[in-house]
Amino acid sequence: MKYVDSEQVHKKMGSRLLANNLAKTLFFMATLFGLVVLIVLIYRVLADGLGWINMDFLMNRLSTDPERAGIWGAITGTLWLMLVVAPVTMILGVGTAIYLEEYAAKGRISSFIKTNISNLAGVPSVVFGILGLTVFARALDLGSVVLAGGLTMALLVLPVVVVASQEAIRAVPQFLREASYGMGATKWQTIKNVVLPAALPGILTGVILALSRAIGETAPLVVIGIPALLIPVPDGIFDKFTILPVQIYYWTIDSALVAEYANLAAATIVILLIVLFAMNSIAILIRNKFQKRF
Amino acid sequence: MPVVTEKANLNTKTANLNQKAKENKKVVYHTKDLNLWYGEGHALKNINLAINENEVTAIIGPSGCGKSTYIKTLNRMVELVPSVKISGEILYRERNILDKSFKVEDLRTSVGMVFQKPNPFPKSIYENVAYGPKIHGIRDKKILDEIVEKSLRGAAIWDEVKDRLNQNAYGLSGGQQQRLCIARCLAIEPDVILMDEPTSALDPISTLKVEELVQELKEEFSIIIVTHNMQQAARISDKTAFFLNGEVIEFAETDKIFSTPSDKRTEDYITGRFG
Amino acid sequence: MRRLKGVLHLVKSAVQHDNKKLNVREIIQQKKKSRSVNNYTEKLIPKILFGIAAISVFTTIGIVLTLITETIAFFKDVPFIDFFTGTELKPLGENAVFGVLPLLTGTIISTLIAMLVAIPVGLMTAIFLSEYASEKTRKALKPLLEILAGIPTIVYGFFAFTFVTPLLRSFIPGLEPTNILSPGIVMGIMIIPMVASLSEDAMSSVPNAMREGALALGATKLEVTWKVVVPAAISGIIASFVLGISRAIGETMIVTIASGSSKNFTFDVTQSMQTMTAYIVEVTGGEAAAGTTLYYSLYAVAMTLFVFTLIMNLLAQYISRKFREEY
Repeated sequence: MKYVDSEQVHKKMGSRLLANNLAKTLFFMATLFGLVVLIVLIYRVLADGLGWINMDFLMNRLSTDPERAGIWGAITGTLWLMLVVAPVTMILGVGTAIYLEEYAAKGRISSFIKTNISNLAGVPSVVFGILGLTVFARALDLGSVVLAGGLTMALLVLPVVVVASQEAIRAVPQFLREASYGMGATKWQTIKNVVLPAALPGILTGVILALSRAIGETAPLVVIGIPALLIPVPDGIFDKFTILPVQIYYWTIDSALVAEYANLAAATIVILLIVLFAMNSIAILIRNKFQKRF
Repeated sequence: MPVVTEKANLNTKTANLNQKAKENKKVVYHTKDLNLWYGEGHALKNINLAINENEVTAIIGPSGCGKSTYIKTLNRMVELVPSVKISGEILYRERNILDKSFKVEDLRTSVGMVFQKPNPFPKSIYENVAYGPKIHGIRDKKILDEIVEKSLRGAAIWDEVKDRLNQNAYGLSGGQQQRLCIARCLAIEPDVILMDEPTSALDPISTLKVEELVQELKEEFSIIIVTHNMQQAARISDKTAFFLNGEVIEFAETDKIFSTPSDKRTEDYITGRFG
Repeated sequence: MRRLKGVLHLVKSAVQHDNKKLNVREIIQQKKKSRSVNNYTEKLIPKILFGIAAISVFTTIGIVLTLITETIAFFKDVPFIDFFTGTELKPLGENAVFGVLPLLTGTIISTLIAMLVAIPVGLMTAIFLSEYASEKTRKALKPLLEILAGIPTIVYGFFAFTFVTPLLRSFIPGLEPTNILSPGIVMGIMIIPMVASLSEDAMSSVPNAMREGALALGATKLEVTWKVVVPAAISGIIASFVLGISRAIGETMIVTIASGSSKNFTFDVTQSMQTMTAYIVEVTGGEAAAGTTLYYSLYAVAMTLFVFTLIMNLLAQYISRKFREEY
């Protein structure tokens, strides 16, 4: 006896296929939705801001007069921040990765550290701001200076560097380590002379991505206490500073009062996006160029 | 010939051979009752082998017989596997290398290794060869230059690479990379060179070049070569050991093993009945 | 004379040759004798690296300790019950009241709105990329999604405030200039790439053999996706939702800019609401004097926030592990 009635199946097939095609269109639309929003966003930002970008804008300092305001302080502040974040997060991140991949026994300590890194990755950026405020700005009495902000951001983006470095180190083939050990090299000599150089592109990619994240975050630095008003252009890591996103924030919230502030914010957004795009492109270039070398 | 007598003959012959080895040439490696386990698996069973200096000793046997494992115990590379356990003695020039006081880095400085798949570092040709001397403390550029040239010549590859020492080693062909690895090994002037199937990944011409090299090198070094290519063993080695299931079945002069093997299993393997 | 010179020359070159003869073995042996420093380094390095790895642990400990100590101080001033059940939040001024419910509703409602956008759109995007799109289309679209994910949240905040809110106001009467709906939607858009990417990873790792089995029985692609692939990848998909929720809870700038700072306890999405994150920004922006209840309230709210996101993250990890299909 047949359990599957081919006539019934034939009848239903029509509606099933229709559902299939509708669904396909729906899914495609959903995918396009995100892209459409992206295009609209970029368009709006360019429309509002592009006209306001010129050399004066880039080179001037802050001013309450929109015509004369510039982001030079924010640009130098961003560079100074990167100067602190890059080495700190690199040493901490690569060091942790080397420990986890090359030295740690596969046990409770190792998985504890790994879980901890995962959890750190999920902590909201404001909470890092609170940490920075309490420990670096207040307890260590640094104030809201480059060093305090840099240390805070270095910890915030640490998981990015750790994970990228772990993957890069893991990708170094075992036979390269064997070649080194076979000649009587010690473990650290092998890591320093063979593993790390081979893993360097992956590590660099991770650091660049971490940096681009660090200079795009607003909340932690606002919490630490970067003010809205005129700030001197920083000259060292113990100077007060601001970065592009913070500048965008203050101009945006005041744009209800001064309409041109919205344009200044948009212009700054354009600059920020260009910088981030450049950094990410470099990271992708490095990754593509050095992938699958072995 | 009845089996019992045959076995007795074999024992005498191996004993005689070892005796002769002691009389004429110095023994560079003496393995005594060596047993090795990977976890629960008993990979090497009571290995007793005496290997002479300035000879090419080949180790043959079917896949999984333990020959690679054995050669890796000689420079303690086998320790890179976490679940490994070893018992017995391995005497390198009269000193037991399994002793805790024996520093493994010193051992590997004197005992070099060439691997099955060529594994040059992703560095320049020069840096590859200079790696060994550098990590052992030699910094003087002039000396390093000399060592690099000497080693590349010793590996019969100098003429091919002398104009491109700064190029990345990955640009070389497979055969050239393997000779580069041999040069890298020669750079620290080891005493013994272990070769784990060094030509199995190479084309016939490169294989021939490496085999010629091995014949030259035995003047200065002692060479132990694992190979699954019996013809290669017959071509280039002075003595051959036949391994099966983790045991040494027979160990004798190469000519003898390949013409009149004492053990039936050796004969079966050589004539291709299994393997 | 010439003969003598010749012999001398031979002897000289022989001697020179001997002097030049390099004995690398000897050199290395000598260097090894003076090598004790190296041993020290070799033993020290793992300890140093462990210390560096421990810093990440200390960071977590630092966060937890900081929050706990000041939160305890807060609960000395404000009773636990009052905080967690109080619907009034007036942190400034003489008769300050600290009830967290207005902030909780702000956070929960904005998260809800965000996930109502991110989950369907994200999942459908993931399905399209994983099951329907050709390799070329995937390669073209995925990077664009990653760009969307890489846009700083401040830019989304600007977008919500200057574009989305006016747009919504033009056809939703009664929508305030600062409201929770607009940033909620924009947050959802921001989270789409996260949900899409993680779900797509989960679906891509479903072996093709399973799809082929269903197709061979005459199932349509939709049926294969819905009845075979999604169930097989469900743990990764749900984990992506939970992570998205965690992200939404922790998001600050979009809501700070676009939703204002009204602390009314309400469920009306057209009105301004404040989230826990926005509260923290507001209070720190005002330079709260250390030691005041206002100052401690910062930490209490941050603690609540931290606990919420921690629970979500642990939940996501648990789901990933527990319900992972073994292929």
